[in-house]
Amino acid sequence: MLITCPYCGPRDVIEFTYQGDGNRERPDPASQNFEAWNAYVYDRLNPAGDHNEIWQHSGGCRAHLRVVRNTLTHEISSVAFVRGEHTSTPRRKAEGKS
Amino acid sequence: MVERQSPLEPEFHVGSHGNFEHGVEIILTETRPGSIVQLAAWPGEEKKLISGIRTVTGLALPDGAGGGLSDGVKSVFGFAPGKFTVADEAEGLAAAFARVVTPAIGTVTDLSHGRTAIRIAGPKAEWVLAKFFAIDFALPAFPVGAGRSTTHHDVFAQIQRTSADQFDIYVFRSFARSFWKALCHASEEVGYEVQ
Ligand SMILES: [Zn+2]
Repeated sequence: MLITCPYCGPRDVIEFTYQGDGNRERPDPASQNFEAWNAYVYDRLNPAGDHNEIWQHSGGCRAHLRVVRNTLTHEISSVAFVRGEHTSTPRRKAEGKS
Repeated sequence: MVERQSPLEPEFHVGSHGNFEHGVEIILTETRPGSIVQLAAWPGEEKKLISGIRTVTGLALPDGAGGGLSDGVKSVFGFAPGKFTVADEAEGLAAAFARVVTPAIGTVTDLSHGRTAIRIAGPKAEWVLAKFFAIDFALPAFPVGAGRSTTHHDVFAQIQRTSADQFDIYVFRSFARSFWKALCHASEEVGYEVQ
């Protein structure tokens, strides 16, 4: 599996570290909404198809990336810097229905 | 300044090795820069940092990811978004950058004692490196001056191409001897010379 890092170009998956599900909404750290925390920690979409994921190019430029990977085919349809999205729009809202 | 010892020393054997009867196709050496620093710009401050690099080194970074250049004495290349490695034969680069890269622009990290710079040159340099790293070493994909961040097993490496058949590899000092030995073994079949 190759992931095309927006900085480094196509690299083998061995250079990357999976940082988890990219669909989670982290509650405000001060929040005592247990339902929201429970959902953050445990709820997963587990789709058979396109999945929003966070990966880090730990063996390269070390940037954190938002990757859309198909869980059936491993096809990667998009890769973007997490930071770029954070500085413009909250990443959850920019995402649409998936 | 204190004389710096090479971590390669017990395995650094000057001379020709391996299958060199038909000629030496790889030259291995340690460049031992006096200074190695890493610079990082805060988001939005990249242009100021790049102009600071020009002020200190006289080197004008080309645009683009992994862009870089070397004048044979000083070298600079991008290795991550907004982050650059700079090396100089002379000591004192970190102090010079600390005067130019203010805390509002970014950070300066002195790695002069933390990295070892290994140079591989010769007609088979691309070929030997291709055994180590899963990146494209062909000249159009990896132009002269450009830098790449990658990994050999878990040994992180920054590679700068400093001429058509020459690459400078920056590895962690504590892994440098093991990496050097691997590089020597990989060069045996084409014949190599340590200088
Ligand atoms: Zn990268």
